[in-house]
Amino acid sequence: MTAFILRRLMQSVGVVVVMSIIVFFGVHVVGDPIYMLINPQADQKDIEAAIRALGLDRPIWEQYGHFVMGALKGDLGRSFLFGESALKIILQRMPATVELALTAVLFAVVFGIPLGLYAGLYPDCRSGKLIMGSSIVGFSLPTFWVGLMLIMVFAVILGWLPSTGRGQTATYLGITSSVFTIDGLRHILLPAINLALLKISLVIRLTRAGTREAIHQDYIKFARAKGLSNRRVIGVHLLKNILIPVVTVLGLEFGNLVAFSVVTETIFAWPGMGKLLIGAIQSLDRPVIVAYLIMIVLMFVVINLVVDILYSILDPRVRLGEASA
Amino acid sequence: MRLNGLVGQAAAVLLALGVSLGAVAAQELKIGLAAEPSAMDPHFHNLTPNNSILSHVFERLVETAPDGKLVPGLASSWSVINPTTWELKLRPGVLWHDGTPFTADDVVFTFARAPNVPNSPSSFASSIKGKEVKKIDDLTVHLITALPYPLMPNDLSNLLIVSKKTGTDAKTEDYNSGKAMVGTGAFKFAAFTPGDKIEFVRNDAYWGEKPVWAKATFKPIKAGPARVAALLAGDVDMIEDVPSPDVERIKKEPKIELAQAVSRRVIYFHLDQARDDTPFIKAKDGSAIKNPLKDLRVRQALSKAINREAIVSRVMEGMAIPASQFLADTFFGVSKTLKPVAYDPEGAKKLLADAGFPNGFKMTLHGPSGRYANDVKIAEAVAQMFTRIGVETAIETLPPAVFFSRASTGNNGGPEFSFILVGWSSDTGEVSGSLKPLIGTFDKDKGTGTANRGRYSNPALDTLIADAQATVDVAKREAILAKASELAMTDVAIIPSHYPTSTWAIRKGLTIKARADEYTLATGVSGQ
Repeated sequence: MTAFILRRLMQSVGVVVVMSIIVFFGVHVVGDPIYMLINPQADQKDIEAAIRALGLDRPIWEQYGHFVMGALKGDLGRSFLFGESALKIILQRMPATVELALTAVLFAVVFGIPLGLYAGLYPDCRSGKLIMGSSIVGFSLPTFWVGLMLIMVFAVILGWLPSTGRGQTATYLGITSSVFTIDGLRHILLPAINLALLKISLVIRLTRAGTREAIHQDYIKFARAKGLSNRRVIGVHLLKNILIPVVTVLGLEFGNLVAFSVVTETIFAWPGMGKLLIGAIQSLDRPVIVAYLIMIVLMFVVINLVVDILYSILDPRVRLGEASA
Repeated sequence: MRLNGLVGQAAAVLLALGVSLGAVAAQELKIGLAAEPSAMDPHFHNLTPNNSILSHVFERLVETAPDGKLVPGLASSWSVINPTTWELKLRPGVLWHDGTPFTADDVVFTFARAPNVPNSPSSFASSIKGKEVKKIDDLTVHLITALPYPLMPNDLSNLLIVSKKTGTDAKTEDYNSGKAMVGTGAFKFAAFTPGDKIEFVRNDAYWGEKPVWAKATFKPIKAGPARVAALLAGDVDMIEDVPSPDVERIKKEPKIELAQAVSRRVIYFHLDQARDDTPFIKAKDGSAIKNPLKDLRVRQALSKAINREAIVSRVMEGMAIPASQFLADTFFGVSKTLKPVAYDPEGAKKLLADAGFPNGFKMTLHGPSGRYANDVKIAEAVAQMFTRIGVETAIETLPPAVFFSRASTGNNGGPEFSFILVGWSSDTGEVSGSLKPLIGTFDKDKGTGTANRGRYSNPALDTLIADAQATVDVAKREAILAKASELAMTDVAIIPSHYPTSTWAIRKGLTIKARADEYTLATGVSGQ
């Protein structure tokens, strides 16, 4: 296990290095940040001074070298726009995004698995078909449209929930989050539902497909023949076996939610990393873009690792030493 | 029936809750912003979102009234005592939020700090350049320049004054954390959560008119529809920059009112008037031709081909005024005789024929997407209008980050495009703030023509601009600037399209002083 984790970490270092080169040189091909940052009234001398101040007058390989030297010391550069450490700015906004993503995944599990199980166990019954039908809708509606509709219905017309921003935060067990206050929960509900909709549909489909396949397997028949209760057959024998693909997908989807919930965060003015990223791209705040993507690569590497470890717990046949390819 | 009853009860409870919340909220004003300030340091980033929000905490020596006029701020009066020296009398009895009195030392300190903020992406150096500041006594300051400098009050109206006591050695981080946020303004700093909100509380020791709001909260909501929804849902009391597709809907909404003000911005077209062979203009058959934009008749024809009324009413939904020059009629230095060029496609065709292009030519119009209100739609509309007179126009819109660098330096350090849609806002609120950078001859050393992306050059105009810059007499200066505007328009140095109006939507019962400088200020909002 330890050897496996070590090997995995070594591989990820390689991935991060390659990624940093692609991203760094990639963002330097696009546009010139100076015109996005400087006051249009500034004259040529001011513009040149600002270019020097931001280090943009240096050749690109020198800028990259500078970046790598900083990165080795844990400094991923300084934001052009905010003048502060890019890493600090990203970490500042991470809790908001993580709590949103976790809430969305929670919704996906709580609603997706039971509904999928039901649809899989009773595929011909009307409600089973209805669940599958609705999941197609959940898949095909664009996030930004659903977000606006949620705001229109629940915030504007009914006035039940706030439409924008993050609510009050509170600290509990050393974690500061808005899900510990009523106001915070009211604020997180709509964006979390918006993010979760697609994931719920995904989990429903995966669970249903798994159930349909597993229900005819010998071990289920055997368990029934043994006289186990229906509850135990489905809740333990069946569920445990169909969860592997669900866990894999949810793990990766969680990564996606944290990294790229840009649309939802923009519509609901959620002060998370996605909103930061889109702002950084629009204003060509290169250090923030680079630092962000490198962090995301690291995060995906870790998530994959966790998923692999979860595999081995769910399925004793998977041995980690051999599973690493 | 029973269900209805339940829903009714629930609604009644919610309503009661809403009413009691509303009563509490009257003490707090919540504003939805279209752009987020990048820092709380008033000298870090010289850009409207920052300058606007920081006006609550900090103040300037000279302030700008909603209509654009300059009024006394921390300086109670200013005068020219000799051609190169301005004397400022500072307002007595003004206290910083920490209780120390405001004096000339703070002014001297601010002048030293503002141009030298580390990592600043856009500094205030240009407001300070060439001015020597001298303390005469605690409440008198002299500003000395090498040459007569009429724009002194305008420059001072850009610079927020910080406290010497808390500002010494303070970094941008110290302002962001609130440690150095000690101003003289009507509001005190309370909290800054980047990406989420900025909170201020009333300064009860304020020297001027105290704001009606005990607390002001600003929430950046960049997406237009989301901003409107937040207002409709009652999450904010007011929003800035109403997206024009929503204007009609908001006008019909009984609980919301719309406010607008003419902005200092003009949306216009810059034409390549320097290169003989301009890359994005070709003959109809695709062969190379000599740059037609150098011919006055072609420029006049293109201007006549634009239906400005249609752009204002259809594309801008009425949120603009047809433009005749660089700034709307209410600003200093505009010509009173210039009128928007009338829509005249037949006349345009005739002018084109006279210029030797009876069949027109092919052109690409470049513009930014998402930088100005409806920029892409305007480009599309104008391209069609040009095509109607025979100038077959294709459009290419680019993300602002790409567009502005290519339009400024895309061709070996010079402008790349032939015909572009751009906007310009005069920070000084008078015409020289547009003439000098837009159509002054491009000259690095003199600092003229900074944004002259057409490289227009006219020695007669340069002389007028330089004259205006050296004339301290207000009436004479106004006349010179008006004459320069007329000369520029007669020569079609640029083609103005419209002046967009700035818009705010606000909960009924509240009133806002709509401002020409696009600032959104809680101090300008009054009501219950």
